[in-house]
Amino acid sequence: MRRYVVGRLLLMIPTLVGVAILTFVIMRAVPGDIVALRYAGSSVPQDIIDQERHILGLDKPMWAQFVDWMISISRFDLGQSLWTGHSVVEEVQVRMPLSIELAVLATIFAVALAIPLGVVAAVKQDTWVDYAIRVFSIGGLAMPSFWIGIMMVLVTLTLWGWAPPLVFTSFFEDPVANLAQLVLPAIAVGYRYSAVSMRMTRSTVLEVLREDYVRTARAKGLRETLVVVRHALRNALLPVVTVVSLEFAFLIGGLVVTEQVFNLNGIGKLLVDAVAHRDYPLIQALVLLLASVFVLVNFVVDLVYVVLDPRIRYA
Amino acid sequence: MVDTEPRIAGDGVSAADEIAKRRYVETAGRRRFVRFWGSFIRRRPLGTAGAVLIILMLLAAAFADVVAPYDPTAINFPDLLKPPSPEHLLGADNFGRDVFSRVIFGSRTALLVGFSASLVGCTLGLVLGVVGAYLGGRTDQIIQRLMDVLLSFPLIVIAIAVVAALGTGEDKIANVIAAITVPIVPRVARVVRSSALSIVQMPYIEAARSVGAGAIRIMFRHIAPNVFAPYLIMLTAFLGQAILLEASLSFLGLGVFEPTPSWGLMLRGAGMQFLEQAPWLAIAPGVAISMAVFGFNLFGDSLRDALDPRLRTS
Repeated sequence: MRRYVVGRLLLMIPTLVGVAILTFVIMRAVPGDIVALRYAGSSVPQDIIDQERHILGLDKPMWAQFVDWMISISRFDLGQSLWTGHSVVEEVQVRMPLSIELAVLATIFAVALAIPLGVVAAVKQDTWVDYAIRVFSIGGLAMPSFWIGIMMVLVTLTLWGWAPPLVFTSFFEDPVANLAQLVLPAIAVGYRYSAVSMRMTRSTVLEVLREDYVRTARAKGLRETLVVVRHALRNALLPVVTVVSLEFAFLIGGLVVTEQVFNLNGIGKLLVDAVAHRDYPLIQALVLLLASVFVLVNFVVDLVYVVLDPRIRYA
Repeated sequence: MVDTEPRIAGDGVSAADEIAKRRYVETAGRRRFVRFWGSFIRRRPLGTAGAVLIILMLLAAAFADVVAPYDPTAINFPDLLKPPSPEHLLGADNFGRDVFSRVIFGSRTALLVGFSASLVGCTLGLVLGVVGAYLGGRTDQIIQRLMDVLLSFPLIVIAIAVVAALGTGEDKIANVIAAITVPIVPRVARVVRSSALSIVQMPYIEAARSVGAGAIRIMFRHIAPNVFAPYLIMLTAFLGQAILLEASLSFLGLGVFEPTPSWGLMLRGAGMQFLEQAPWLAIAPGVAISMAVFGFNLFGDSLRDALDPRLRTS
């Protein structure tokens, strides 16, 4: 087990280095750096532009820039944003609470919807209830969540003349204003993700319901609710946990379009802005951060598996 | 699976892993083909409904010139923001262009991007997966690590980079397709690899090798046809995903560009701007996206069930 953990942790390194190299190369392959964009269309003399590039270190050869970056990362120094001048850590800190809160709310909504529906669909397999739930969930996968968001705003606007506030308020300062802003996007995103976990719940419950121990539980005269909830569901939840955790990891930085629709200043928007400004340090740090979260969550999920299911052993 | 947020969602990864572990019924031969689809229509009403949606969409795209009453790009200011009427079935946009015609022509963009990205992505994934599974060792390790990198890389960065590097414009639809192909490849490669791993162990592969068949021949004549069922299922699933991604990227201004009619693009500008004044601008393209993806998902789902012998007996 220890060997497995160490091995997995070591395997993360090549993946993250690969992500780092890829980000670095891709961004530098894109025409125009931040200096070129800043002075686009103006008649600033070339030597001033060159001087500015020199200050930012953009005139060094690519490999030297990469080595510099790797050295500062190994010191846990993520550098400064070229665009705002603040440190990358500050920029992320400002937006993290919103992104995490949105991810948490969306996940709660998704799970609250997915697990009961998934179980009911499995128990009533091939009846109209099952079909209705499946259509509902495939609908969630088919509708773009940003469009669901737009439609929800349209409905609240026409019915009550109300639209979510545009300014972020911390949950701890004013919970009502905070939730007013985040509930609609959380539902829009959560509905979509509930579809993924609902389908997973349905298919694993279906599988488990055919197991011998479920037959035994029924044979000894347990009520069907107890059989389903205590015996089947508990064992069916494992893959659902995986799906939900991976979704959560994505939700933190991936809600670019939804943040756009609701004008939320989160990590996704920061990433788009950073790319638009060719803010290399910020882009590189963000991509690496999001990739690390993804890889780590993957790893933790595998470990949780071992804890939850004693049949699984990693050599 | 992939959100409307620019990426492929969880279903792709975990449910696809699930697919890989199962055994699939082969559907070769003409009589079996007919029998398969016959029972598909009888026993899978949802899947058949999905197939009908897909066929309708294909027809709309193929005969867009006949179906659409107006030129989708014809600007007509007198009709500016007209609500739906017999004249303009779904209203007119802020340039007076007929929304219904734009939705119909938008299906061409959606299908073109969807089919190309899914086909290229799934095929590349198939090749990488089979090669990794058969050759094993260092080659397999390298491919897997590369796929890990792509899996954990935010699609939005790739999309912005591709669009910024290759330029934008009406004729640059290939860039969007390229950006959408990237996230599909590693997901398919993973599934195909784990499916193929069990096939590599089979005696007939050993037999082929012992009569002197080369690696290429074994990989593509002996192994590839046996991972065709999961390939087909993923092809349909990612088709819907690719359509969603195109919509999201176009919505962000990173996909298709004016004047090409695209559903995501229709939502982007006027759809948001005139939300209260002209809600049909936001409703129509969104419904079109949803119906299209809905069709592919319903069909793909039922196809998976139909090809999976374990679920079939239930």
